[in-house]
This record gives sequence, C-alpha cells and structure tokens, in this order.
Amino acid sequence: MPPKFIGGIFFTNFMDLLIFKAPILMVQASMDGILLGILFALIAYGMALQWGVMNIINIAQGELVIMGGYVAYFMYVIGIHPAFGVIVSPIIMYFVGVGLYKLVINKVVDRDLFISILATFGISILTQQLMNFIFGADVVVAQSNFGTTMLFDNSVTLPNSKIFSALVSVIVAIVLVIYMKKSKLGRAIRATAQNSRAAKILGVDTEKVYAATFGINAALCGVAGSLIAITFTLHPYVGLPYTVRSFMIVIVAGLGNLPGVAISGMGLGVFEEFADYLLGTEFRIGAVFLLLVLILVYRRFKLSRKREYLK
Amino acid sequence: MKKILLYSVLLIFGLVAPFLFPAFKLQISFLWILIILAMTWDVQGGQMGYNTFGNILFFGIGMYLCAGIQIGMFFPLAEWTVSGGEKTFVHTPTQYFQGFFVGLVAAGIIPAIVAGLIGYGILGLRGHYFAICTLALGIAAGEIAGGIELIGAGQGMTSPPWPKNIGDTELRSEFFYYICFVLMIATFVFLRWAYTTRFGLVLNAIRDNEDKAEAMGIYTMRYKIIGWVVSAFFVGMAGGLMGNMVGYIEPTEVAFAGPTFGVFMILMAILGGKGTLWGPVIGATVFHLFKEGFWTFFLGWQYVALGVLIVVIVVFFPEGIMGWLREKYPEKFGEVIDEADRKAQVELK
Repeated sequence: MPPKFIGGIFFTNFMDLLIFKAPILMVQASMDGILLGILFALIAYGMALQWGVMNIINIAQGELVIMGGYVAYFMYVIGIHPAFGVIVSPIIMYFVGVGLYKLVINKVVDRDLFISILATFGISILTQQLMNFIFGADVVVAQSNFGTTMLFDNSVTLPNSKIFSALVSVIVAIVLVIYMKKSKLGRAIRATAQNSRAAKILGVDTEKVYAATFGINAALCGVAGSLIAITFTLHPYVGLPYTVRSFMIVIVAGLGNLPGVAISGMGLGVFEEFADYLLGTEFRIGAVFLLLVLILVYRRFKLSRKREYLK
Repeated sequence: MKKILLYSVLLIFGLVAPFLFPAFKLQISFLWILIILAMTWDVQGGQMGYNTFGNILFFGIGMYLCAGIQIGMFFPLAEWTVSGGEKTFVHTPTQYFQGFFVGLVAAGIIPAIVAGLIGYGILGLRGHYFAICTLALGIAAGEIAGGIELIGAGQGMTSPPWPKNIGDTELRSEFFYYICFVLMIATFVFLRWAYTTRFGLVLNAIRDNEDKAEAMGIYTMRYKIIGWVVSAFFVGMAGGLMGNMVGYIEPTEVAFAGPTFGVFMILMAILGGKGTLWGPVIGATVFHLFKEGFWTFFLGWQYVALGVLIVVIVVFFPEGIMGWLREKYPEKFGEVIDEADRKAQVELK
C-alpha cells in the first residue's frame, strides 16, 4: 500500500464531498452536528456552572460524562432499557460528584488555579483506570432500538436516539435554568458565584453550595453521558476530548450565557462533523484540540491590541 | 569547598554507575532523561510561573525527528515504516552513528525553532488558559501524528536497531547511558548558569508579577520565548535519545505521552520543589526510585496509583521537598529569621 499524506487525504475527500455528495452530505453533517452540539452544550453548561461558582476548571469533566455513560451501559447489560439511564445516571452521579467534592475538590477551591487543574487531572487518570478495570477497554454501546428517521427521500438518515438525546438535553437545560432562577438553592448558588464572601456573611453555607454545585455538574454530566451511551460509543479513555470541547464552548460563549453556550455547542458539533468528512475520522479529535489552540491564540491577539490578555 | 566536593562526588557516581550497577544501566539512563524533563519543565513552571502541559510536544517532535533522520538519511522512510523497519534495511555502524548524531542535533534544534515560532502566540496567554492551551497542543500533536502514515500512523515505527557487528547490548546501553548523562550534565550546567544571569532574574520577575516587570521596561515576551526555546532544545534532544533507547515509537503512548511523561515532568518538579535548581533533580530521583521500586507491586493498578499520587502531592504537598526543607532549615538557605518578628506574626494570625 503506498503511503498517503495528509494533503492527499484532504484533497480526495474534499473533491469527493464537493462533486458527488455535496448537498446531501452538507445537510447530513449539519443535522448530525447540531444534534451532537446540543449534547456538548449540556456538558459545557455544567462546566460553566462550576467554573463560575467555584472558579475551578475540572479536567475530569469528560470522565464524569463517561462514568455517567457507563451507568446507562450497566443498565443495558442487566436488561433495563438504557434510556432510563437518563433518570438513574444523574442521581448516582450527583452523589459521585458530592463525594468527589468532599474528598478532594474542597481542598483546592480557593487555591491557585493550576493546583485545581492538576488535581482534577489526577482524578481524571484515576477514574479512567478504574473504569478500565471495571468495564474493560473495549468500545461499547448501549443499543436503544429507537430506529431511524429518514428525511428528504431517504437521503438523510437521522437515528431517533440522536433526536431523543437532543430533546432530553433541551428539557434538562430548561428545567435547570428554571431551578436556578426560582429555587432557594439556585439563588444561593448564584449569590455565591457573584461574591462568595458576601454570600457567606449573609448566611449562605458556601461549603454546602459548592458541594451542591459540583454535584449538579456531575449530574448534568451523568445525563449527557447516558445520552452518549445510547447515541454514540463509550470507551474509558475518551473523556478528555469532552473536557476540551466543553472548555472551548465556555471560553467562546462566556460564563453564564446559556444561549451562547447552546449556539457555540452546535457550532462545534457542526465543525466536528465537517472535519470528520473532510479530513478523515483519524484527524477528528486532533482537529478539535487544534481548534481550541487556534481560538485561544486568536483571542490573545485580539486582546493584545488593547494591551490586555486572557485572564 | 563543600559544594565542589558534592558536585565531584555526584559526577564520579554518574561516571562509574554503569559499572557499579550493571543491571540497572537502562534504568539510570531513564533517570537522567527524567531529570532533564523535570528541570526543563521547571524553567516554565517553576521559574517563570507558566504552568505548561505542552513540553511533551517537543519531546515527541524530537523523538520522531531523530528516528526519521536516522532512517531517512540512508533509506526511504516510507518503505521502512511499511516493512516494519529493520527486517529489510540494515544500518552499517558508520551510517548508524552518522545518522544518530545528525538526528540528535536536529532533534534539539528543530523543536527549539518550533517553540520560537509558536511561542509568540501561545505565551501571550496566561494562567489556566496557557495550561489548557498547551495541554490541547500536546494531545493534538499526538492525534495528528497518529494519522500520518509516513511515520507509521497509529501503529508507530521502529527506530534503527543497534548495529550488530560492533558489540552486544551491554555496549549499547553503556553508549546511551553516557550520552544521557552528558546531556543531563549539560542541561544542569546551562540552567545553573542561566539562573545566575539577568535572564534568570527576568524569569523570576515574570513569575512574581508580569505586569510590573513589563512596566519596568522589560520586554517580557522575548524572555518567555527564549525560556521556551531553551526548554524545547533540551527536551527535544531527550526525546531523540528516548526514541533510540526504547527502540519503538508510538504516537500517544511513547512520543506524545501526555498521561505518562507529560505528567511525570510536572509531578517530579512539584515533588522536588518548583522554582529551585535542585528541586527537580531531587524530585525526579525520588519519583523514579519510587516508581521503579514499587511499580511492580501494584500489578496493573499503576495508573490508579499514579492518579492518587498526583492528587496527594498536588493537594497536600505542593511546596515540595525543597520547600519543606526550606521551611524546616531556613538558615541553610541563607535566610535569617527574626524569631521575635515571626512570633508576633503568628500571634497576629
């Protein structure tokens, strides 16, 4: 087999896409991307929540997602329909999150940011390996048997599981927004995010709020993970890309900007699907990571004109 | 006088170690590599205050480049990787050493150039943005290298084997041992000298307060880039050596090994005490001894232990061994403590 080069792969795929499959693939990739992006946005919303409240960047975010996915997969293995994982997984993950907070995170909350990054990186390696031991290193998927929907004379296929996952994500996001606006805990969380000292003075138990925030984040990851289990595949070592995706969405959209998070999540999803078709699947994750580097460097140059920097 | 004695004892130990512990030659060479990684990470993480996850990028580039040049100088690289390397093509000893030294020099220079080129963009980020950006950079490099078939894609490639007709594997490990040792000494001496110059002072000024350093008229970006270039140079050469010592290059597990070497270098520097000259050396030694001594007892739980170790060190022991010693014996570090003042401050708290 003659060696292929990146340029060659890019060119052949590109021509193929442009000439033969253009309109159909465009629609297909965009639909896939948008449905996928809504899921990313859900994970990113969790990250934005705990970043804004606790000022921590959680590298283990992706591992929480995968862990939530394995809960759904476990249900599938013992014979329960994996879609119920959407209800069970967040409950389990909430307690995992709170436990993680009590064990490690509470010791890094008001320390240097790098310490929290490195500590959560350690947690990420740890959980990857634990999942590897428990569930094995194989790629698994929890079949949902939802069937597929055909659009435009059967030229565009959409698995119903993807539509289901997008719908669930939207519902969860709406419920969460209402909860954050109306409930007592939601108010306490928002107050702590604005000024933790003042909140403490006014009688908010910030320690409890932090624990709850981390738990809610983990629960969101649980929902997203169980949706990923039925729509895509699970593997112990694919957590980090989810962390990077959610980090990217948050820095593009900003903290506490839900429409922004949703739109940039969908944008990222569409970008990924197109990168997948144009460059080939082997470069998909690489493209995501490079996109993050490019976004950060672009913003750095934009800010440096005003003699400011990303902080 | 005491210092000269210490240095000469360590130097002599390094020189005779392969004959004292012939069974551990390769392990001690790995230790020298780890010390290089920890010391060069400390240029950013400790002295400059830029916590990078991305120095592994230069490690991997150096590794691929060194092996690629060693092969590519004499044989077609593409056929080498497709045919699984040494079965089809055999290096003569002259070819092997020519390729090795050219490759090693290139493995230092080209990562340094890469660091200089991307440095202006990336070193403008600060804090956690810099950390995550470099993390993404290292992983992106691994993913992209895993997609290029010229260098073996996901399966990886073999680096040229030691020529058969000039000696056995003992000679091979001694040869690599001394190259690693010389590179480690060179890194140490260079950094020791660099930290005493204005360059070292500027790095510390950037760590303490970059805005103020800039306001004092220092063009900080230039120094940050120089610091990264220095790191990349030594890390790239260490990578080239590592590729030859392991004999097999794989994109995500060996070359751009974020979860292993990429984290080890940070962990070792923090364990030893970041921001000090000797800290990374001590940290790397302790870490390597621990790893080699106890790794086999964990029976597949190594990475779980690694994760726990990271969390424990970072959360409970962030000042490291040197920091702890400094706290305990401040007078040995040339610090004079006014006991009365200290007491008053403790009471104030």
